[in-house]
Amino acid sequence: MKGSKETPLGPLHRRLGARMVDFAGFSMPLQYSSILREHAAVREAAGLFDVSHMGQIALRGERAAAAAGRLLSRPVEDLGTGCVRYALLCNDAGGVVDDVTVYRRDAQDVMLCVNAANIDKDLAWIRGNADPDVEIRDESRDTALLALQGPASARLLDEAGAPEAAGLGRFRFATSSLAGRPVLISRTGYTGDDGFEIYCASADAEALFEMLLAGGEGSGLLPAGLGARDTLRLEAALPLYGHELDDTTSPLEAGLDRFVRPLERDFIGAAAIRQRRDAGHARRLVGFALEGRGVAREGYPVVAEGERVGVVTSGAPSPTLGKSIGLAYVSAGLSEPGRGFEILVRGRAHPARVTPTPFVGGKARAK
Amino acid sequence: MAESLIPEKLLYSAEDEWARVEEQRVTVGITDFAQQQLGDIVFVELPEVGDVFTRGDAFGVIESVKAVSDLFAPVAGEILEVNTSLADAPDMVNEDCYGRGWIAVFQVSDPDGMESLMDAGAYSKHVAERDD
Repeated sequence: MKGSKETPLGPLHRRLGARMVDFAGFSMPLQYSSILREHAAVREAAGLFDVSHMGQIALRGERAAAAAGRLLSRPVEDLGTGCVRYALLCNDAGGVVDDVTVYRRDAQDVMLCVNAANIDKDLAWIRGNADPDVEIRDESRDTALLALQGPASARLLDEAGAPEAAGLGRFRFATSSLAGRPVLISRTGYTGDDGFEIYCASADAEALFEMLLAGGEGSGLLPAGLGARDTLRLEAALPLYGHELDDTTSPLEAGLDRFVRPLERDFIGAAAIRQRRDAGHARRLVGFALEGRGVAREGYPVVAEGERVGVVTSGAPSPTLGKSIGLAYVSAGLSEPGRGFEILVRGRAHPARVTPTPFVGGKARAK
Repeated sequence: MAESLIPEKLLYSAEDEWARVEEQRVTVGITDFAQQQLGDIVFVELPEVGDVFTRGDAFGVIESVKAVSDLFAPVAGEILEVNTSLADAPDMVNEDCYGRGWIAVFQVSDPDGMESLMDAGAYSKHVAERDD
């Protein structure tokens, strides 16, 4: 893992015996004990993740919200202080530069939480397209991000000394303190379950992670790695940049219509997205479940009547459902729920069916 | 990474399979090191009884939540038995890789071909070289 960056929690992960993997240029924990156990902990109690690899980009100044609104697929000027919105950063061709969460920290301060792999690309794109009098700052290095996810999360934060967390609505945040350290607590996540994301100074991350871990010991809380994060987000059918989304994908092909509203608004990429919609999308992102045994994985071809009709973008065994699920781009005509097709698993056709998403936790869609 | 178990009485391949040799009947599985590396095993694609493999052939596939890995025949021969209980309980490979998590039994065609397998001492060096 030479050459990869470490989050402020690197030494702690090693002490906890995590298996580390390289992800987006960072050495990150894949798992501490077992992906299945960590996944179950999040669904049944809680899991604590280090997601400090993610980036934070602040836009500041009188015109910060207007500038952010022009860059993003949803308006920002009407976003109240203390509110979060999921939105897409699009390019002129209507492709997705990144998918981000937008925080209105105050009237003149908007923060974007961005994917680790895209920090530099996003910064360049934002600097190149924002109003010159908006100050743009990369806060990624100074900021650590912990995600406490699962049904016990609110109670655990209460016990840890942040009782206000339980009072936050979904997609709301508050600045607070934990163990005397300043934090921003946000009721958001990437697991499809209730939970919080806790932004803190890099220097405070280890103490906070250890405190939360110790506090949750008797409640079934486990430290959880990227392996469980991926199976959890897949059960929730949340897209992962680089898999379901890239610089060429229209958000509408990916089924993200409700995060591109209003589409008549003027933001970068809007005209191209409308044009591509009017021309008709050739492919659609669908959720599918494999009918028999086996696992459908990224890159496996989707076929129908002997013709190649798509490709799997993410696939894994669903620990909650006990069957193989995934997301795939398929020809637009094959996207209605219940539609059958086959997935080639090492050359052998396995029957699969389009399944409504999210696969798990219908009421708790996270993004 | 936890210490991995390497029983003395077995032979090992460089691809992390073990072999228990009883004359021409050789039971094979994956080592403790391999199952730890893979993580939670969710699926094992077994060969069919009667299939014939040469040494190093992919004779099956083992999948964990995150990874797909071929099973390489540590010996040459015909498949006499497969562990069909892995269809419903693939996690047996995690729990008991040298026992109930065995994968297949080969009828060895060429006993001399087993010379390339390692004993426990040589295999533990092979593991140590790769473990961080």
